Amino acid sequence: MNILDFNKLSLRDINKVLQESDKNSFFSIRNPKGSHALAVGINKQITVKVIGSVGYYCAGMNKFSDIKVEGSAGPGLGENMMSGNIHVTGDVSQYAGASGHGGSILVEGNASSRCGISMKGVDIIVKGNVGHMSAFMAQKGNLVIFGNAGHALGDSIYEANIYVAGEVASLGADCIEKKMTKKHLSKLENILSNANVSDYNLDTFRRFGSARSLYNFNVDNAKIY
Amino acid sequence: MCGIVGLYAKKENISANLGLHLSKMLESMSDRGPDSAGLAIFGKPIAKRAKIMVQSQSPEDDFQKLKKFLSTKKEISFSFETHSTHAVIKLDVKQKDKVVNLINDTFPNLRILSVGKKMEIYKEVGRPAEVVKRFEIAKMKGSHGIGHTRMATESAVTTLGAHPFSTGEDQCLVHNGSLSNHNSLRRELMRKEMTFETENDSEVAASFITYGMNSGKTLKEALESALVELDGFYTFVVGTENGFGVLRDPIACKPAVLAETPDYVAFGSEYRALTSLPKIEKAKVWEPEPATVYFWGH
Repeated sequence: MNILDFNKLSLRDINKVLQESDKNSFFSIRNPKGSHALAVGINKQITVKVIGSVGYYCAGMNKFSDIKVEGSAGPGLGENMMSGNIHVTGDVSQYAGASGHGGSILVEGNASSRCGISMKGVDIIVKGNVGHMSAFMAQKGNLVIFGNAGHALGDSIYEANIYVAGEVASLGADCIEKKMTKKHLSKLENILSNANVSDYNLDTFRRFGSARSLYNFNVDNAKIY
Repeated sequence: MCGIVGLYAKKENISANLGLHLSKMLESMSDRGPDSAGLAIFGKPIAKRAKIMVQSQSPEDDFQKLKKFLSTKKEISFSFETHSTHAVIKLDVKQKDKVVNLINDTFPNLRILSVGKKMEIYKEVGRPAEVVKRFEIAKMKGSHGIGHTRMATESAVTTLGAHPFSTGEDQCLVHNGSLSNHNSLRRELMRKEMTFETENDSEVAASFITYGMNSGKTLKEALESALVELDGFYTFVVGTENGFGVLRDPIACKPAVLAETPDYVAFGSEYRALTSLPKIEKAKVWEPEPATVYFWGH
């Protein structure tokens, strides 16, 4: 295990070590003190454990690597990630997993507004609540919420799935509750077991997705413009 | 982008070092606002005494003249402390309105930054580290304080464009964001006899809240009416003689983090602003909800 300490190294040095490391390396990062853009742009299978809270854009553009933050994360966690796994033991701020193409994000605490905005294939699991406008324009992937969802959930959603165990404050435009089929239950079970989440009751989840009424221009709406 | 910090002491160990803590917090937000910085510190009030904060572009000359002028008024007993471009005039609370008027009438180059029993405002252009050093903020004590680092968007980089803005006694506001209806709102407030020093949008927000409170609203009610009347992006921290309040607009894209321990409540635009505080790793840390008023008071 390699220890990288912010009390001794700069952010740039730490990111350089991570990005240029050998496959299967393991790093422990100390004293991040809310630093921005930590562990971004990693494109190989390495394991990174961050002890403490991080700031903006942690683990952005992640590919293949496993990144765990023992603390909370600021805005833009795992933005545009391609694959790999991100695990945050605390809370995350705005737009976690924004435009993520693949991989998974597990948040043990709460996520604030716009979680999974424009997600394109990533799986995001939030053990707490999510804020307003989550899964806005989500295109593909799954957003699993154990707690409650804020206003305008799934506004203008395309083909992503949203699973919520708690209350939903309100649904956004073109987002509707859908039937939880056996196929979706088994998909949900898969997502959770892939993320090593074990304490759940599948029966408590409801499924939400697109009504697909915004897909094509409707001539009846022409007078609005 | 701007940076905001706030610290509310629940215990003596924090209030004794309030200026030191706020200085470190403010410096950590330099990346968010390198243009200007400012703080409002709420110290211990002295019975029947008030403070007037005055700012000058040429302090040596102006403050000398002001001091001399006030000394000629036999009925006014005052003390005069200078802190770089700022001066604190301490005087009998009954004489404060008269002295404010005298300064405004006689010294057009001087600007009155604040009036109150507890609050002192220090703000200047320059990097936050330079500003806190210039005013020796680290030595100051107080029950609570708020600060701001500015990256100007809506008006020029000037001392008066720096935050906090005070438009009422022992009331001030710092703002991260930008308002889109500040010009029309300013005109409305001017018709209600509120006065303005700058073209700045945040000054309008401060004035709006002060006007609400002058009209009998509580701070909470005034902030709730801001949710209806103000259009734009904002995270506000408002200082009053008793404590501070926090409000984010309903979209809440401007960041905010709160932390609470048995010793203090702290606000930061980012978690980085809080990392120098004692026992922060044991604090309850959370993001304030959009369109929700928070307040801590003594």
